[in-house]
Amino acid sequence: MVQKIEKKERMKIQRAQMPEQAPEERVRNFNEVPHGLTEEQALSEAQRCLECKKAPCIDGCPVEVDIPAFINLILEKDYAAAARKIKETNSLPAVCGRVCPQEEQCEIKCVLAKKFKPVAIGHLERFVADYERENDLVQIPAVAPPTGKKVAIVGSGPAGLTVAGDLVKLGHEITIFEALHKPGGVLVYGIPEFRLPKNIVQAECDAMRDTGVTFENSTIVGKMDTIDELFEQGYDAVFIGTGAGLPNFMGIEGEQLIGIYSANEYLTRSNLMRAFDEEGYDTPIIRGTNVAVLGGGNTAMDAVRTSKRLGADHSYIVYRRSEAEMPARAEEIHHAMDEGIEFHMLTTPIKFIGDEEGRVKQMECLKMELGPPDDSGRRRPVPIEGSNFIMDVDLVVVAIGNSSNPLIQSTTPGLETNRWGNITVNPETMQTSRPGVYAGGDIVTGGATVILAAGAGKKAARAIHQYLTNGAKPE
Amino acid sequence: MPRVVDNVQIGPMTWKMRVEVPRLVAKAKAGQFVIIRVNESGERVPMSIAGLNKDEGLLTIIYQVVGKTSALMTTVEGGGEISDCVGPLGVASHVENWGTACVVGGGIGIAPVYPIAQAYKEAGNKVISIIGARSKENLFYEKEHGEVADELHVCTDDGSYGHAGFVSDVLDKLLKDGAPIKMVMAIGPVPMMRVVTRVTKEYEVPTWVSLNPLMVDGTGMCGGCRVTVGGETKFACVDGPDFDGHAVDFDILTKRLNAYKEQERRAMKKFLDDPHCRLAESVRQFTYPGTK
Repeated sequence: MVQKIEKKERMKIQRAQMPEQAPEERVRNFNEVPHGLTEEQALSEAQRCLECKKAPCIDGCPVEVDIPAFINLILEKDYAAAARKIKETNSLPAVCGRVCPQEEQCEIKCVLAKKFKPVAIGHLERFVADYERENDLVQIPAVAPPTGKKVAIVGSGPAGLTVAGDLVKLGHEITIFEALHKPGGVLVYGIPEFRLPKNIVQAECDAMRDTGVTFENSTIVGKMDTIDELFEQGYDAVFIGTGAGLPNFMGIEGEQLIGIYSANEYLTRSNLMRAFDEEGYDTPIIRGTNVAVLGGGNTAMDAVRTSKRLGADHSYIVYRRSEAEMPARAEEIHHAMDEGIEFHMLTTPIKFIGDEEGRVKQMECLKMELGPPDDSGRRRPVPIEGSNFIMDVDLVVVAIGNSSNPLIQSTTPGLETNRWGNITVNPETMQTSRPGVYAGGDIVTGGATVILAAGAGKKAARAIHQYLTNGAKPE
Repeated sequence: MPRVVDNVQIGPMTWKMRVEVPRLVAKAKAGQFVIIRVNESGERVPMSIAGLNKDEGLLTIIYQVVGKTSALMTTVEGGGEISDCVGPLGVASHVENWGTACVVGGGIGIAPVYPIAQAYKEAGNKVISIIGARSKENLFYEKEHGEVADELHVCTDDGSYGHAGFVSDVLDKLLKDGAPIKMVMAIGPVPMMRVVTRVTKEYEVPTWVSLNPLMVDGTGMCGGCRVTVGGETKFACVDGPDFDGHAVDFDILTKRLNAYKEQERRAMKKFLDDPHCRLAESVRQFTYPGTK
C-alpha cells in the first residue's frame, strides 16, 4: 500500500508521460509505439487521483468503469484486482486502454483537468490489464448457473465481444459468428499492430472462450444461416454487431486504377493478412513510394502510418478541411506528424491518372477554402477555382468512411433500417424492430469508436438479459 | 478445419478438390463461390463452385495452377485439411425457364458452368453446352456436361479433340444457323468472355458472365473486387459474381487482375525453388505465359 498524501500535494505531481519508441526507430517496424507505464510511473500517476465522491469520470465512460476504485487498487499494489475491477463492467481493458479516446470521455471530466492535466486513466487501465495478462493472473470470471438460454452474436468486434462477455457471466450460452477467419472484427482487421498488438486481442478472445463463449469463425450469417434460422435452431435472442460494412469511394475518374485501395482493404491486407511480413505470409500488398491517404479520421492516420512502415518515401494525408476539423484523435495526429507524415490540408482530389498498365501515377487536386458551417456544424470546404495541381502518387488509400453492409438487413424480414441502411434500435435497450433481435456498434451508428460500440454492447447485454429472464419472449 | 476428401490431378495444370463443408453446401446454389485459405500463412482466394453434393455435404472446387497459392493447394492430400472455407458468397445465378439456354465454359470455366447447366436444366430449359480447352489433355467434365446438356459441343484451340477452334466460334455458328438460344452464361478467361459477349451482342442474346476479380474478405468490406459495369462501380463479391456481359468493362478487369503480377512471380519462384515441396512434375515445370 502506497502512503496516501494530501490532496494539495497530489496536484503537484506531474502527469505521467508514456514512454514510447522514438519516431525514427518505429517507422521501420510494426511494434507497438507506446511501451506502457512502468510500475513506478503507474503508482505516481495513481496518487494524482483525488478520489472524488461524485466521480464525474465514471459518467464520461460509456461502459461505466468504476475508475476511482480501480485506481485505489493500484495504490494498494494489487494490480490484478484493479484489472478485475475494470472487467466487472468492461470486458476489454487492454484494448480500451490503448484505443479509447479518453481525452474526450473519462479524462475530460476529471476534476484535475480544470486546472492541471487530468489523471492518465487510459494509461493506468492499460497498465493493470497488461500486468494481469503478462503475469498470468487472468482468472476465469465467476459464471452464474446455466439459464438454459442461448444467444447468437453476429460479429466479433468490440460490440459483440462486450455482449458475449457480459452475458456469458450471467449463465447464458453464447455463440459468436464471425465472417472472417479470426475473431476481433475491426480490432484485428482495422487497427494496426503498432497501435493494438494482435496477440492482445487474441488473449481477450481466448479468455472469453475459457469462460464458455463459443466462436464460430468463417461463418457468415445471412449467407449460411439467416437470423430466422438461428431462432429455429433454438437461439432465444440475437445480437447484430456486424460493423461498418461497405467502403465509400470518391466516385471520381480513374478510381479503378491499380494502387487505389479502400482503407478497409489496405488495412485488412496488412493487419489481418499480415502482408507487411512478406517473408512469412502470402497475401501481397502494394507498398508505394509516394502514398496519399484521403481522409482525416483515425482510420486515415492508421493507414498513413502503415504506409510509412511499409517503406514509403513520402506519406501524405490529403484532407479537404483544415486540421481543426480533422476527426482523428489529437494523439494520433501527433504520432503521425512525429513520424514525418506530410499533411496536405484543404485539398481534395478530383481525378486519378494512370500509366499504360493501369497503375495510378498521379492525382489531380484542387485547393479548398472554408466556407460557412454545414449540417455537421463544421465549416464546409469550398473549391478554389483554378487552383488545380498534380501530385505524383503510386498508392492511394481512400479513408472517407463506410456505408452499411445490407447482408443481414436484406435477409431478415421486418428488420427496420434508416435511410442510410443502418439498423434502427431503441437507444435505451438496443432492441431492433424484431423482438429478441438487438443491434449495436457501427451497424447502428455508422462509423464510430471501439468504446461506443462496447457501450452499445453493454446496454444490449443488459436488455437481452432482462428479456431472457423476465420471460418477455413471445411464443 | 474443413476436411479435404480428395484432391486429384485431372489435367496437366488442373486439379479437382472435394471439401467436406456440409453447412455451406446445404445453403450453396449454382453460381455462388467460396473463399478458401490453405494454411495459417495463406492468402484468401475466391473459388467458383464446381459441384455440390448435398447428400454427403461435399463441395467440389476445380482449380488451375497459376501461382503459389494454387500450387500449394495441390500439396493438400486427401484426408487432410485446409484452414478455412467460407461461403456461400455472392448472389446465385439467375435461373428461369427461357426455353433454350446455352452455357459456355472455356478452360477452367468448364467447371463452374456445370452446376449452372444443371440448374438451367432443372428449370425446364433445353440446355446447349459448349466447352473448350487449349488441347485435349486440358479438357475435363465432358461426361458430366454430356449428362446434363441436350446438346453438347466440345472444342479445342489446337484441334486435338472435337471442333478445332474457340468456344465463341461454335456459339457464333449456332446463332448464325438460327439456334433459338434465349440466354447465354459464359465463364472462362477474360478474353474468352469478352469475345463471347461480342458474338452474342451481334445476335442480341442476353449474356451473363461470372467475374472472378481479386478479393480479400468476400463480404463487401474491402472493395478490392470492384468492377465497372454499365459505367457504375459494382463489388463482384456482393453484387455479383454474375453480371450483364454486354455492360462489363473488360479492359479495367484485365488490368486489375494483374495488380500483383510481380509479387506473384516472386512468391511462385521462391516456392518452386524450395526442394522440400512435394509438387507434381508438371507444377515444377510451371512457367508464366510469355516467359521461359
